[in-house]
Amino acid sequence: MSFLLFVEQLLNGLQFGVMLFLTAAGLTLVFGVMGLINLAHGSLIMVGAFAAATVSAATGSYLLAIAASIVGAAAAGAIIEMLVIRRLYKRDHLDQVLATFALILIFSEGTRYVFGSFPLYLNIPPYLAGPVTLPGGIEYPLYRLTIIVVGLLIAAGLFLLIARTRIGIQIRAGESDREMIAALGVDISRLYTLVFALGAGLAGLAGAMIGAIQSVQVGMGEPILILAFVVIVIGGIGSIKGALIGSILVGVTDTMGGILLPAFFRLFMDNSAAMSTGSALATMSIYILMALVLILKPSGLYGGKA
Amino acid sequence: MTREATFNGFVSLALLLFPLWAWWADEPFMITLATKVAILGLAGVGLNIALGLGGLVSLGHAAFFGIGGYAMGILASHAQSYAPLMEWPFLIEGTKSMPIIWIVALIASAVAALLIGALSLRTSGVYFIMITLAFGQMLYYFAISWSAYGGEDGLSIYVRNGFPGMNTLDPIQFFIIAYVLLMIAILFASRLARSAFGLALNAARQTPVRAETVGIVPYRLQLVAFTLSGAITGLAGALFADLNRFVSPTMLSWQTSGEIMVFLILGGTARLFGPVVGAAVFIILEEILGDFSDYWHIHLGVLLLLIVLFARGGIIGLVAGEEKRHA
Amino acid sequence: MHDPVLSVRNVSKSFGALKASKDVTLDLLPGEIHALIGPNGAGKSTLIQQIAGGLKPDSGSIHFLGRNVTGLSTVERARLGLGRTFQISALAMEDTVLQNAMLGALGAHGRTYRFWQPVLRNRDLREIAEQALERVGLTDRADMRTSDLSHGQRRQLEVAVAMTLHPRAFIMDEPMAGLGASGSKSLTEFLDQLRHEAPILLVEHDMDAVFALADRISVLVYGEVIATGTVDEIRANPEVRRAYLGDDA
Repeated sequence: MSFLLFVEQLLNGLQFGVMLFLTAAGLTLVFGVMGLINLAHGSLIMVGAFAAATVSAATGSYLLAIAASIVGAAAAGAIIEMLVIRRLYKRDHLDQVLATFALILIFSEGTRYVFGSFPLYLNIPPYLAGPVTLPGGIEYPLYRLTIIVVGLLIAAGLFLLIARTRIGIQIRAGESDREMIAALGVDISRLYTLVFALGAGLAGLAGAMIGAIQSVQVGMGEPILILAFVVIVIGGIGSIKGALIGSILVGVTDTMGGILLPAFFRLFMDNSAAMSTGSALATMSIYILMALVLILKPSGLYGGKA
Repeated sequence: MTREATFNGFVSLALLLFPLWAWWADEPFMITLATKVAILGLAGVGLNIALGLGGLVSLGHAAFFGIGGYAMGILASHAQSYAPLMEWPFLIEGTKSMPIIWIVALIASAVAALLIGALSLRTSGVYFIMITLAFGQMLYYFAISWSAYGGEDGLSIYVRNGFPGMNTLDPIQFFIIAYVLLMIAILFASRLARSAFGLALNAARQTPVRAETVGIVPYRLQLVAFTLSGAITGLAGALFADLNRFVSPTMLSWQTSGEIMVFLILGGTARLFGPVVGAAVFIILEEILGDFSDYWHIHLGVLLLLIVLFARGGIIGLVAGEEKRHA
Repeated sequence: MHDPVLSVRNVSKSFGALKASKDVTLDLLPGEIHALIGPNGAGKSTLIQQIAGGLKPDSGSIHFLGRNVTGLSTVERARLGLGRTFQISALAMEDTVLQNAMLGALGAHGRTYRFWQPVLRNRDLREIAEQALERVGLTDRADMRTSDLSHGQRRQLEVAVAMTLHPRAFIMDEPMAGLGASGSKSLTEFLDQLRHEAPILLVEHDMDAVFALADRISVLVYGEVIATGTVDEIRANPEVRRAYLGDDA
């Protein structure tokens, strides 16, 4: 395998990881602050993607589409938080799983009802289409590079938000001591809605970004959601830093596994056998990574106590 | 007899009488529906051991359901193509015999549950949910990429497998097989709940630290429970594949895990007959709502939401009163 | 003088900058009640957890029946015969009183992995459980749900569950907590008898009970044992008086 291909795949892994981070950050925040496991987070990815596709089709503007994905998903998040989710904070995990599973059914079928079963497409705008040449002569799609940059900027912004701002202080306080911040006069139910909507907005953004690479369709969110769970298990629950490191690890493992493992098996197998063994193992590689973390550090790389 | 016991008796009788009526009325489709209820109920009885008794919220039970399905699919496909599974170091041939397939399904899914459980149970709570979900997804993707056994398209079996002395192609006879296995599993689950193991498992769910201070290791209890649970769900998977004469990665998908869990909550978690009642309601809704709306999952979602938020005992809870649920 | 049943030797434990246990040395002799007292936050719970096996000391060792158990888990220590009651009742609230007592009997006798026979029909285990319930006076509550018990009755059940292990030593974490005057009095009388079966390491805030029961008292302040001695010696100890001055205990 050539060096160029290697770097390109590495970048693809990074881009995938950044996407996972946008999903995992919201999940881990919601769990850290409210103690809630939200399966419907994947639906918010889908909502964001559909909002973007609709606005893009109507206006032709990619920027407006991106804005719509964030606003649409955040609004959907705020609504379900107020209608359903807030009744679940004090419930056990089983109730949370079932209720948010019910939300998936409602969101998925509702979207299918409105938009039909055929996938929509979200086009990459002309000014982001095509490749750029990176130092070292590597050609790489500008759109994917933009995703990496934007994702990393958002990660940085999130760190600043949590470390420096008033709302960040409240979030951190909410993670450690709920009664305390209520006693300090913070409107806790508003804070929860806000955190939930923030996570939803990030998921929506991820949806719009993915939508332009793949297609926009019902059920697109859940595979990403499950990978985001893997990220959280690896990174440690409630930790934004863990989510970032975990996302990149998972993203890179996934893409690199897909090319390295078949190449590895080609060393001592014939081509087609190596291809099928390698790619079968590659689909399992991130889960094997997760299993290793579980064996070595059950609470995740940056987690507290499991 | 308690109201719940009376209700359970009624459910077992109804599940038996309905297909017998359908047989008399020559409505084979209705028999198939009842068979589906029995098989999905069996999958739920398996999950209920982990979830109801052990408090282990597994979102990965589709893995065991699917492994059972593939155990059937692989053995039967080799039998129908007369190609042995392997010739070296010893010869393993396919089979069309249900009892052998069941044993393989039980063992294969038990081994998978043991491995997945051994890793997942190192954690608890929300981690456990996410990890079981992730391992389930791993097997799903593996099945998709496993082209030797149909990959994404799955495997079709032309003729239903055989059971000595019975004609399994006759719907009512196949129903009887599924029904008897369901009843055996329910009997086992009810004995288990009252056994020494059940007492300890139930206590370890409520107060793990107490279990330790009397010399009981919660991890080991839970691992055994998870393994038993996975094995029973795997057996259901083999039957389900035989019912459809088809197995595909869909059986391994996270939606399947969710649905098995939904049976439990519809019927009533930790209730002996909860999964059966839940599976019956699920199938009935699918048939009735599915008839006048292609989007019946919305209604299912709303119903599920209402039950979780407002009627936590499920249907048996409504009938028998006295909230009895855990996790 | 007999060998101690339980002995804690130079145990230290820190959480970051906080030194929860500082070079603690403590013995539990056969037949005695050894009370461990100290103001809130003195590190009593941390010490108890290290003795029971929930926490590992950073240094020092713990010996039980002449055996170094520092590296053993809670489960292994329980199997050796270390019976423990909890400050906040750790009972299976959905189960009956009898079932809770059976759990102890089950664990102690290694009969956990039986999948078919109804456990309540196991006569041996049931006898052990019923005996323990009888001794703490809960026989007529055996079939009640544990969550329906009064606070005092739960405390009694805690003791009964520990007794089903037929332990060689008890560790009791504030068994009197939340009991009324009559409850404390009857439990005091009961523990007074129990010490002849196995010695008791008693963490307790109820000073009347401590002074009535204890053969010896150790005083823990800021993770350190500042004094060990008989009731009279401790009462007279100036350091102890200083440590407790202004403290409501």
